Order: sequence, then C-alpha cells, then structure tokens
Amino acid sequence: MSKPKLKALTINRPWCKGCGICVAFCPAKVLELDHEEKAVAVRIEDCIACSLCALRCPDLAIEVEIAPEDNEIAPPAQKRILIQNRGGSRS
Amino acid sequence: MPGAVRFMQGNEACVEGALYAGLEFFAGYPITPSSEIAEQLSYRLPRQGGRFIQMEDEIASMCAIIGASLTGRKVLTATSGPGFSLMQEALGFAVMAEIPCVIVNVQRGGPSTGLPTHMSQGDVNQARWGTHGDHAIIALTASNHQDVFAITVEAFNMAETFRTPVVLLFDEVVGHMRERIILPQPGELALVERLRTSVPGGVDYHPYLPREDGRLPMSDFGGVHRYNVTGLYHDMWGFPSENPKVVHGLIRHLVDKIESNVDNIARYKAYYIDDARTVLVSYGASARSALHVVESARRKGQKFGLLELQTLWPFPHDIVGEAVGRAKRVIVVEMNMGHILHEVRKALTNPSNVFLVNRLDGVFITPTDIRQALRLIEGKGI
Amino acid sequence: MSIHKYLRERFFPHIWCAGCGHGTVLNGLIRAIESLGLSRNEIVMVSGIGCSSRITGYLDFHTLHTLHGRALAFATGIKLSKPELNVIVPMGDGDALAIGGNHFIHAARRNIAMTALVMNNRIYGMTGGQFSPLSGCGMTATTAPYANIDPDFDVAALATAAGASFVARTTTFHVKEMIDLIRQAILHDGFSVVEILSQCPTYFGRKNKMGGAVEMLNWYKERTTPLGSKAKQNDPSLIERGIFMQVDKPEYCSQYEKILQKAQSANSQTKE
Repeated sequence: MSKPKLKALTINRPWCKGCGICVAFCPAKVLELDHEEKAVAVRIEDCIACSLCALRCPDLAIEVEIAPEDNEIAPPAQKRILIQNRGGSRS
Repeated sequence: MPGAVRFMQGNEACVEGALYAGLEFFAGYPITPSSEIAEQLSYRLPRQGGRFIQMEDEIASMCAIIGASLTGRKVLTATSGPGFSLMQEALGFAVMAEIPCVIVNVQRGGPSTGLPTHMSQGDVNQARWGTHGDHAIIALTASNHQDVFAITVEAFNMAETFRTPVVLLFDEVVGHMRERIILPQPGELALVERLRTSVPGGVDYHPYLPREDGRLPMSDFGGVHRYNVTGLYHDMWGFPSENPKVVHGLIRHLVDKIESNVDNIARYKAYYIDDARTVLVSYGASARSALHVVESARRKGQKFGLLELQTLWPFPHDIVGEAVGRAKRVIVVEMNMGHILHEVRKALTNPSNVFLVNRLDGVFITPTDIRQALRLIEGKGI
Repeated sequence: MSIHKYLRERFFPHIWCAGCGHGTVLNGLIRAIESLGLSRNEIVMVSGIGCSSRITGYLDFHTLHTLHGRALAFATGIKLSKPELNVIVPMGDGDALAIGGNHFIHAARRNIAMTALVMNNRIYGMTGGQFSPLSGCGMTATTAPYANIDPDFDVAALATAAGASFVARTTTFHVKEMIDLIRQAILHDGFSVVEILSQCPTYFGRKNKMGGAVEMLNWYKERTTPLGSKAKQNDPSLIERGIFMQVDKPEYCSQYEKILQKAQSANSQTKE
C-alpha cells in the first residue's frame, strides 16, 4: 500500500478558534496561525496527508481529503488549498 | 356484560387500571406503602410483552420511565413520600420536555421517613409545587377501588392528551385496604392513545409545535424524525433557546395547556349537594368517612352533602365555588394541616364559613372524629 | 469521507472554549460511528448536564439532554424499552461519577448494552472550575484554593469492579486510538465504558499551571502509556491507556427477553 496522497485540505475559518493544536502537532509543520489566530496551511506542499490535524481539531474545522490510490501523483502546485468561509467571519 | 368481580387491594386496582390503559413499561424502587404495585407489575407486565425494571433509586426510576416514554410506550412509576421527593427534579424535566408519564404516590406520613405504614394526605402541595419553577401539573386521587381503577385509566388518558406527567395521589388506607371491584370489560372505558405525527420522514417535524387543538403530536425515538429533547427552555424543534419570546411563549404554553383546561380535567363526585346546608369537601380515603357522616345525617333529615374531589390539581375553583357556595358551612376533611382547605377558601366569597377537620397522628379519620369536630364548629361542645 | 452529515451545523461554531478536548471527542465519536456505517435513525444519544452534555445538541441523532448525573438512568429506560437502538451516553467526570456515580455503577452491574463515554477533564467547567471526584489530590480548583484533599477514582478500575464488560481509557491526544476504542465499545454487546482524558485549558489547565491546550496534550503524550508497557514498569506514575476489560457476559436486555418468554409461556399454560 502506498502512502496516502492529499487531495484537499479544507479549513473552515469561522469554526476555527485558534487553539493551535493542529499547528503544534503537525508532523510536517504545514500549518500556522495567521494574524487573526486562525489556522492556515502555509506549507501545503509538505503535507503527508496523515489527517491528524483533522482528527485532533476540537472545532471540527479541518477536513483532509485523500486522493484515491490509483491516481497519478499530483504535483504540489496542483494541490488545492481551500479556505471555506461559511457563515461569515465571527470577528 | 359486567366484568369480573374481584376482591383486591387498592394498589392492585391501580395495577389493573394501568394495564387496562395500555401500560407497557414500569420502572420503580421498593417503598412502603406502594411496593405491591411494583411486585404485581413485575409479574404481570412481561406476561403481556411489557417491560419491568427495578432501578437503583427513585431518581433513576423517574428518569427511566421518561426515556421509555420517548420510545413511544405508556409508562408508570410508583412510590411514596420520600421517593416522591427524590423524583421531583425529573418530574420537572417531564413537565418541561412534555413527556407523557404517570407517577403514583401512595402517601404515608411525613416529613422524612415519617410514618411508613400509616395514613396521611400530606403530599398534596408537594404534588403541586414539589419541582422547582413555575409549572402546571395534573394530580388525581380516588377513595375506593372502583374509582382507583377508573382514575388510573384517566391519568394515562390525560398524560397522553396533554403530553404531561400526571400524579396519582393515593394514600395508605386506599392502597392497602381490600375491597370488592368489578373490573371493566375492554372497551367499557375510553382510552387515549399516543398521538403520533403524520409528518413523513424527510419533512421538517416540530416536536414542540402545538396543533390548533393544543395537542402536540410526538415521534418515537428510533423513528424517522431526529430531534432534540432538553430540560432547557427550547424552541419548537427542541433546541435550547434563551430568546425571551421563546422562553415566555413556552412557560405560558406549559401552564396554559393545563390551567385553561381546568374544567375538562376536573373529576369529582357530588353527593346530596343541591339543598345541602353543610357541605363536606374531601378526597381519597378521608372521603369514605365523610360520606358515612353525610349519609347518616341525611337519614336523620339533616341537610348534609359531600363534594368528593378526584382532581386535586389543577384545582377546580369555579366548580367548587359553584357546588358549595350556597352552603351555610363548608367542612374540609383531609389528613393534613389544610392543603385543600386553602384552595376551597379561595373558591368561596365567604371563606370564614370554611372549616378544617383533620387528623395528623397517622390514625385514619373516622366518622366519629368528624362528628365530634362538627359539634365544636356548631358550638355544641364536645 | 465527510463528517458533516452527522452534525447539526447550524449550531456551529460550538460553545466549547478554544482548545477544549470535548470538541475532539465529538470529532472522534462521529468518525467512529461513520466507520461502523450506522444509520442516524438507530442511534440515541443521551447526555447529562455540564460542558460535556452539550455534545448531543451538535449531533443529528435522536438526542436527549437530561439532568445532571442522570443520563444513564434515562438511557436505561430507552434501551430496555427498545433494545434494537444503539444508545451512546457521553458524560462529564462530575456528571458520571459524582452526582451520577450511583447510576454509573448500577448500569455497569446490569451490563446493559450501552456505550458510556466519560469525558474526563478533571474539573467542573460549566460552573467555573470547581474540583471533581477525578481532579485528584494536590490539584487546585476554584473550590480547592489551598489544594485538593479529595482522592480521585480510577474510572477503569471502578467500572470493572462494578461489572462493565468493556472498559477502556484513551486521551484526546491519541485520536486514532480513541476512534478505535469508541468503535469497539459501540460494537460490544454489554455495558461499555471509554474514559477519555480531555483537556480543559480554561480551568483545569490554568488553575494548575499546566499551560494551554497544546501543553496539556503534550502532558497526555508524555504521562500516559499503553497498558502493560515497559515504560509503566519503569515509572509507575504513568497513566495506562488501552482496553482494561473485554469479556462476554449476559447482557441485560437479552436476559429480559428470556424473562418475557418465560412469563408468556406461563401465560399460555395458565390459559390451557
């Protein structure tokens, strides 16, 4: 079985409360908190698609989609970074 | 065709009435003088596919019947004073979440452990105000086994009709006394079944939106509608809300659905009331002695009457005022320090004519006790 | 895989504080349920009162938010009445083991098939950080300003002694383990208990100078160890994780089915 490949990493910004758990425990240091204390994927090309950020997120604000195994490896530039903004900002 | 004639305890008559009404689930904890209800149901319920569970305490018993009611069952618990005290928080939950259920309190002497094997009617106001916060409640009682059966059926009917807990306030004398009863045939007494929503799955269902007739159709847990049930103030979907309009609307609904139906909920028996100069007002076992006094007075040509209340809450002030308002004297006979006395006084324009005849020592009040008190009230000495 | 179909999304973002472990429990719970392929209509979730209890409102199942400590008693009524339902009971530590301690041990004793999740943050959060029966000696809380002298329960040992037939412990740091344990607990035919150490940075962490959510998760990482590990032999103060008890024994509702059969066969004999 090959290693999982990332299809998309979605951060639901209004749900994120900026606790920093995803940032601290990302094994590839993909995530950071921005100036509004919201998680953002700043080094998405390093993502190893382990999904731990999504599983640990207490705000259920992160979704990691894994590419189907038989797909060709997408070059890093084609990985999508989605920032959803459902319901507007809370600030 | 008349039903079977039987000789049984009042607690057994309550069991027969509950099963007749369609009881399917009982949870309880042993306590004198109610334990025979649990004992009988542990034997009877599984024979007809119902379920019985003895819980770890009365708190758990009350909670368990609420849970079972949400799955669509007709449910019952039975207890006495100390256990009824423990049930009060969950009773309030059933009021708030509008869960049909019936709670029997076979009263004994209180407060605290009190007089476990003796007669009292001291829990009348606890039934009304035992749980915290503004609310309305239905509490019913009866003085003989035929009526215990019928009023138990009524309790289940009212619980379903108004989506509310109903308290059956029996007492030790009625609970433990054995007497004759004719068990009604199936179909003889009307039954109210659970009103389930006709809203199909996938369509928005509002568990807390009353229909035009005031009834709220339910959906069983495990069915096609997933909704929330909470003891918090909630919106029509059952989700918590602190919106002042929602809060005000809900408390008004909870109280009004009962209080505005006070005449429909009122059950009582009037004996020789029309021309009575002295009217006794009583309920439960005390009403048996009161009736004896009235009947023997009538045989002597004295104009005595009896109003026997079967609905204690909501208190039918208008009906009581109408029935006894023309009497020269009104004597409230009850085994407490005057729980119903104050309600009767409120119902009358001249409350100074209302007297209390009671006993507080655990000994059942006799016709002689009542007659002696009457002599005092009439200024004739002892 | 989408977790959204299990959520009542209109109530998000949820009420829990930033970094609260209870959100991670919610997260793991729906992933466990999704992996089992359960229908939303066959799940009843019953909670008590406190921070933990709010979990039911966020989940699109049949949800019952009850009284403080009484969730298992309500759940027992539901389960015995309709044994075909999957009943899951998330509770807080004070909820489950202080005010609800009696119901907890008796549900375990009956071995009634329900899943109890003890979301153990060692504090009463909703009321402002008072100590709970799981805070432990020496900890500080708003009602233990000079340090707590109340010893704590070992939830796993208590549940096992009371008769629970599946007992496990995990943390909100060990999320994959948490999902697996919740999954196994739901599948188990009997009373199952999963204690999940869940951080409360707002009260327990702050009162005890443990840092924020990240530091508290690091504490779980460093101060817990798999059951029976060599690390535990070297350092007995480590908290063990894993399955403490997993045994087949008669389940309450199945036993009641036998009572029904016995009573009804007596019925037909009486009629003959």
